[in-house]
Amino acid sequence: MLLNQLIKELITKMGDDELIIGHRNSEWTGLGPIMEEDIAFSSMAQDKIGHSWALYRILHEELGGEDPDQFAFMRSEKEFKCCHLTEMPIGSYDFSLMRHFLFDHAETVRYNSMLQSSFLPLQQLARKVRGELKYHTLHADAWIIQLCRAGEESYLKMQTALDNCFQLACGIFEAGPDDKLLADEKVYPGEEALYGQWIENIYPVLVKASLNVPERKEPVYGGRYGKHTAYLQPLLNEMGEVFRLNPEATW
Amino acid sequence: MDSTITIQAVYTSLEQVMDPEIPVLNVLELGMITDVIIEDEYLLIKMIPTFAACPAVEVIKTNIRTTLEKDLQVPVKVSVDKEVQWNSNRLTAVAKEKLRNFGIAPPQKHDGDVEIDMMIHTNCPHCGSENTYLRSPFGSTLCRAIHFCKHCGMMFEQFKPLS
Repeated sequence: MLLNQLIKELITKMGDDELIIGHRNSEWTGLGPIMEEDIAFSSMAQDKIGHSWALYRILHEELGGEDPDQFAFMRSEKEFKCCHLTEMPIGSYDFSLMRHFLFDHAETVRYNSMLQSSFLPLQQLARKVRGELKYHTLHADAWIIQLCRAGEESYLKMQTALDNCFQLACGIFEAGPDDKLLADEKVYPGEEALYGQWIENIYPVLVKASLNVPERKEPVYGGRYGKHTAYLQPLLNEMGEVFRLNPEATW
Repeated sequence: MDSTITIQAVYTSLEQVMDPEIPVLNVLELGMITDVIIEDEYLLIKMIPTFAACPAVEVIKTNIRTTLEKDLQVPVKVSVDKEVQWNSNRLTAVAKEKLRNFGIAPPQKHDGDVEIDMMIHTNCPHCGSENTYLRSPFGSTLCRAIHFCKHCGMMFEQFKPLS
């Protein structure tokens, strides 16, 4: 596969992850367990969707891709490259919080690895997103530690959430068609390198929270190649419902 | 294009373009303008959003264009400058003072990285006390955090530091 095509694949999966988890985060609007959490998940949703927009714009402006709105709302399920972790329904707050913790640390590692990317638009975006993501991981770390120290029931819920999320989160790092070429060309170091750094970053927080870190036994793959859970299609239907009423409309 | 237009006149005009979410600050005080270029056919303004997902960017771009076109009677183009990334140290001292008077605590100066410790004792914009705590790093807009002042009992917002 040509380098440009690989970069397209990389940006598409990043953008799709952000769009879908952004949509999921937005489902907490009005439902957060306390007002601050309602606002936090809503703000993070806005950030994520903004980042996906920026990524789709790179595809559009630099790599001959479609208009970002068309790309976000008109593609079929198979054309989406998000990982299964992002597709899962919000479930209860402990699940959403743990997903947010694991996902945002993974994103931080990903964007940090792109600060020196040979593909300039990604490098520029990484510089922009990095500072914003800091607030997402600060938020996640604070709540994970606090809830794990809030009594047995709370601790057990967090451990269960980690057990339920972990193999899904390992699926974030499903190898692309040719990560080695992307690494050799210094676009980014490839999924396996990101996985290693991710474990290194989340480990101290999980230890502080006294959580047991599962092993990577059965990482949930497939999303990067267009195979999805039954949860994605209904989400896409809902997300694009208004847009598809009149795709030519100006907003 | 009218060659009598000066860079100074452009900046004077830009002072009138206020941020829609923080109406006491103009785009210069926020550090959003990165370049002003007088081209043959038009005036080019390069700007940067505070947050990537800031929903006000398009409104601000339109406001810059219409204000300058009205004031200076020349065609104006506004583009987002991708080479420069906004960070909160770009806020001018005047901007920080105006924010405080508006009831929003200004961001602390940072040296390239924001740590949570920096935000723990943010001065209350109402009574000035340091006896405050961070309630949430997210607030009513992407650029704000929520704090509580134990001294005067008021909840307040902060324009949060961003690296």
